[in-house]
Amino acid sequence: MAKITYIENNGKSHSVDVADGLTVMEGAVQNNIPGIDADCGGGMACATCHVYVKDEWFDKINKKSEGEDDMIDQAYEPKKNSRLSCQILVSPEIDGLEVHLPVKQV
Amino acid sequence: MIKTDALIIGAGPTGLFTAHQLKLIGLDCEIVDNLDKIGGQCIELYPDKPIYDIPAIPECTGEELTNNLLEQLKPFNIKFHLGERVDELKKDNEKWKVKTSKGTEFETPNVIIAGGVGSFEPRKFSPKECEQFENKTILYSIKDKKIFDGKTVSIFGGGDSALDWALELSKTSKVNLIHRRDEFRAAQATVDKVKELSNAGKINLITNSQLKTVSGNGKLEEIEIENDNKETKKLKTDFALGFFGLIMQLGPIANWGLNLNKKTVEVDTEKFETNQKGIYAVGDICNYPGKLKLILSGFHEGALAARACFKLARPNEKYRFEFTTSSKTIKNRLGVKSD
Repeated sequence: MAKITYIENNGKSHSVDVADGLTVMEGAVQNNIPGIDADCGGGMACATCHVYVKDEWFDKINKKSEGEDDMIDQAYEPKKNSRLSCQILVSPEIDGLEVHLPVKQV
Repeated sequence: MIKTDALIIGAGPTGLFTAHQLKLIGLDCEIVDNLDKIGGQCIELYPDKPIYDIPAIPECTGEELTNNLLEQLKPFNIKFHLGERVDELKKDNEKWKVKTSKGTEFETPNVIIAGGVGSFEPRKFSPKECEQFENKTILYSIKDKKIFDGKTVSIFGGGDSALDWALELSKTSKVNLIHRRDEFRAAQATVDKVKELSNAGKINLITNSQLKTVSGNGKLEEIEIENDNKETKKLKTDFALGFFGLIMQLGPIANWGLNLNKKTVEVDTEKFETNQKGIYAVGDICNYPGKLKLILSGFHEGALAARACFKLARPNEKYRFEFTTSSKTIKNRLGVKSD
């Protein structure tokens, strides 16, 4: 279990407990957190679960999957710290993770 | 005006198998899809990715699955309307009148929405200022490349579309190719060619940069790009082209008076009918308690929706359930020999 904080672009913050083994995307969808669309359902085929990960966390979470950057190319306003939340695995090591959501997903 | 027993919106795996089910029970159908090719997400998003959970097929790619479904449809002559989006849907007496973006009109008692997550639309540039130039000097697809002759064209993106067009247009235009990182997802041979032309000064390749804003009086005149170090640079340009892939939008489906839940359409699990009589939703786009977004679920949903269509298409006949292994009628429809 890890506490994950999702911060919407307007600053509104949502903290939820997400079970180990889920992805950060699933944690958002299961808790009805606005701003994560996840159109393809976690198949790394759409870039609508795009998040920004703060520098201090970027190196602690699992590395990017092969092809993830190719999808991030297609995300809305990608930055250096962009990730697809469907590729970030939840484990006790990432307890306290904060992710920022983009202005929109498409 | 085309009259048919059922109109299927979406030529993905669910739409294709639903067509098969309709034809097996003796109904006509036609298929409309906004993409210019058959296969839906399987072809557009993951043609080469293996799928492992199609019943009785241990492993196949999205492309193979599509080809197999088309092979299964071969006995039937199904009319496809590709590159057309269904824009209007109106009730007229007991029938639905349907109109596409190309003006094709249908009259049918049954409309089956097998639209995945909606229609594929190009992803757009994010700066708001772009809107005023869209479809004129800011484009997301190319219909006539001659308009770029002798002009300056700024192409954004790192995939095959962006790089292929950069190569092609560099023959007749001045090309800036701008990408947000220094790796490209396009085919390696294309990337090599682009780098070669960049070294020769024939393509102005700018990496680790993105579009910040655009300006112009009536038509695009200048773009401003920003690199990872927040340094900006202005470039004179006549056109900006964005190739950021496609995004799925529910589009006009949202205006048809259907009960929606996020980006999905609510249906019952007997007929997969929506709140509108004669309109069904199957596959990823439908929603009901326990819905699984699996291709196999779409097949099941399509089979049931097809039977429901029979009642409205043949109100005076009674539907009789038959097996393909034993029914002479079905074998005739399939064009195979009965024992």
